[in-house]
Amino acid sequence: MTTLATNKHETISGPRLTHLQLLEAESIQIFREVASEFQKPVMLYSIGKDSSVMLRLAQKAFYPGLIPFPLLHVDTGYKFHEMIEFRDTLAKDLGLNLLVWRNEQALADGANPVRLGTQRCCGLLKTTALLDGLREHGFDAAFGGARRDEEKSRAKERIFSFRDRAGQWDPKNQRPEIWNLYNSRISPGESIRVFPLSNWTELDIWHYILLEDIPIVPLYFAKERRMIVRGDSLIPVEQSFVQTLPGEEQWVKSRLRSLGCSPCTGAIRSDADTIPKIIAELVSFRSSERANRVIDHDQDGSMEIKKREGYF
Amino acid sequence: MTSTGEILQVEASDFLIEEFLATEQKKDLLRFSTAGSVDDGKSTLIGRLLYDSRNVYEDQIRSVTGTQVGQKQPTIDFAQLTDGLRAEREQGITIDVAYRYFSTQRRKFIIADTPGHEQYTRNMATGASTADLAIILIDARKGILTQSRRHAYIASLLGIRHLVAAINKMDLVDFSQDVYQAIEKDFRELVASFGKASLVTIPVSALDGDNVVEPSERMPWYSGPTLLEHLEEVPAWTEEKDLGFRLPVQRVIRPDQYYRGFAGQIASGTVRKGDTIVALPSGRTSRIASITTFDGDLEEASAPQSIALTLEDELDISRGDVIADVARPPQHATSIEASLVWFDGHRLETHRPYLLKHGTQTLSARVTRVLHRTNILTLQQEAVNSLGMNDIGVVEIDTVRALYFDPYEQNRASGNFILIDVKSNATVAAGMIRRGIEAGATSGTPKHKAALLSIPDSTLADLVEQQLLADACAVVRTRVPSEHLWRALLSIGAIVILEDIATERVDAALKSSPGSAVTVKAFDSVDDSNDTDRLTKFIEDLRNEGVLPAHEESH
Repeated sequence: MTTLATNKHETISGPRLTHLQLLEAESIQIFREVASEFQKPVMLYSIGKDSSVMLRLAQKAFYPGLIPFPLLHVDTGYKFHEMIEFRDTLAKDLGLNLLVWRNEQALADGANPVRLGTQRCCGLLKTTALLDGLREHGFDAAFGGARRDEEKSRAKERIFSFRDRAGQWDPKNQRPEIWNLYNSRISPGESIRVFPLSNWTELDIWHYILLEDIPIVPLYFAKERRMIVRGDSLIPVEQSFVQTLPGEEQWVKSRLRSLGCSPCTGAIRSDADTIPKIIAELVSFRSSERANRVIDHDQDGSMEIKKREGYF
Repeated sequence: MTSTGEILQVEASDFLIEEFLATEQKKDLLRFSTAGSVDDGKSTLIGRLLYDSRNVYEDQIRSVTGTQVGQKQPTIDFAQLTDGLRAEREQGITIDVAYRYFSTQRRKFIIADTPGHEQYTRNMATGASTADLAIILIDARKGILTQSRRHAYIASLLGIRHLVAAINKMDLVDFSQDVYQAIEKDFRELVASFGKASLVTIPVSALDGDNVVEPSERMPWYSGPTLLEHLEEVPAWTEEKDLGFRLPVQRVIRPDQYYRGFAGQIASGTVRKGDTIVALPSGRTSRIASITTFDGDLEEASAPQSIALTLEDELDISRGDVIADVARPPQHATSIEASLVWFDGHRLETHRPYLLKHGTQTLSARVTRVLHRTNILTLQQEAVNSLGMNDIGVVEIDTVRALYFDPYEQNRASGNFILIDVKSNATVAAGMIRRGIEAGATSGTPKHKAALLSIPDSTLADLVEQQLLADACAVVRTRVPSEHLWRALLSIGAIVILEDIATERVDAALKSSPGSAVTVKAFDSVDDSNDTDRLTKFIEDLRNEGVLPAHEESH
């Protein structure tokens, strides 16, 4: 007698897949689900490292086909020039359908963080521009690269985050999200923000960039840069409206940990000019990555307030 | 803003970072959920776990360090490290699922931190749904409250295999072994009554850190692992060993006329290039031509990988279909019995259409009957005719088209579903299929597995055939000694009776198809007991080997 049948309740256990392979499989499932269940999805592309990983995962999800939705960059007008150059080169190299949206009216009216303060400036150039861009194109689902480990209010975000007609988030009335069964049902005018990187950590992102050899903006790598040195802060010299005091402007070996608008994104002093060095710095460096963003610290719980208003 | 007071001296010793990355790359992932009542210290425990395992950033610690009234030294409020939203800071309670990430030298962890507050059972079920392990907090002063009972029950219902009872606030009961043992005994009995989950109990003080990361010196009577030690050692990924391959098709990828790939995340089992599969609901079979990924074709792939399959034949397959192991296909039914966890404020209405999402298929469904509700206090079944928010019950559901499923207890991924309200679009319930309840569940898609039975004479073959037909199996008898024919018959899921064909020949056939999961069994011709006894034993052996379904349990 020969049999290959086995005891019904016997279990087998891993490790079979590494944590990065598991995260990748989960993200790909999310991309495919959204592309199949929504009429008009879009991927919010911010040019940063998380967007770069998100883009690679989208390529994988639809391979050997092309990514079946456009990318949208909400350009505040104050992004680093290296970011814009990187974006345009990448879009050309990969044949991406890249859309750009700016709040031209606010920019024409002279909106900047020095004149308006960071809260109003972000409100106009990021949140309003994002909502207008999504509405103008009629997108019903928008992928974002936010991760739950970034900030406390993001830790409670769903992977499919329901937004009402005004694009707003209600943290007390989120849809239950169970197993990997996502509820894609919305009424006209409502939309879903989708976060395929929800379960990735900052270290996972960097490690994946290294293993997958994903191109990223050179600003992440340390080199001698012109900086305004003010107290504990390093502010990149990019915009003329940021006034400097004598002696504040210096050459500093530095890099950016996260990419935002140049007036509001602090750099750090660093020698990390390769990805392994960035990872080494990260693990020895006990400060969360958004700590260099001026905007999150305006007010206690400020990220939650921005999210309620429609920010990612 | 970031300090620039000192340049970070990264000793770029390439050897060290290489070593770090190599260790990092090998780490697996354990997902666990925590649940606890409002004030039994759950957030404090997680805060302590993160802090003591050095997973909290300094700026996060600064933002939760404050001087409380009556204290001179600033102290860390561990609960504040985990409680995120303004609303809950104001109310002092956790109101939603929060996900936390940390890692040790051994593995990465994802915590689904779920509230114990009574009206938020839905969030706890959510957190438990993807977890390998659940930590249930018990306040040593209070013993097993309703919440702990409910949490243990939901964790078991949602198929979590490893339960950990953290018996907390041991400092407030003078680290008493008697108190701990009394709670442990009661809780062990409770968990055993729910099913097959394993239980480990650990006495802790989250506030002081005893037995969280470091062993407690104040409880020398406890010799078991600390909480973190246990989290590092428990198996991260387990699956029933005998699950067939299932791929719910998410999307058909068709970049040009030469490529047609069926993309999805493997729900269970393993698939290899060359395997014979069945597409459901069409029932047509083909073989795997390739397993496509961006990183190159694979020889084999397993759950939960996301892949795309191409087939040797042009089958009409679209989103919502299931591609499955032909020898071990899922069951199918248009009427099922299922456990439901009701989430919504509006009560379940029987006979009203809801949308049922199962795998990648969404279809219209009606709950025809509520069989019972489980009372969480007594764990008794209560007769009710509807379910309200936070109720857990068993119902019967009719669907407009067939579901291809496995019972949830055997296969989480192909036995789960959600119900969606057609008008409000709310996710109103989570469901776990217990069984199919119509003829189709046993006849349309066989419960038996393909097998080769070698039987020496036609009288015995008659008896076996009759017995199998009575069990609604697909049976074919043949005297043709053609391995090619046998394989063809096996590939459509038949039990093949080989009449009067030498056993050696059958064994040779098996050897020539390595990796085959087909059972080959010979009816022993030298046995001198009577035919009826031999037949009974033969059929019983087939059941034991899983060729025939086990005897139905009475429901």
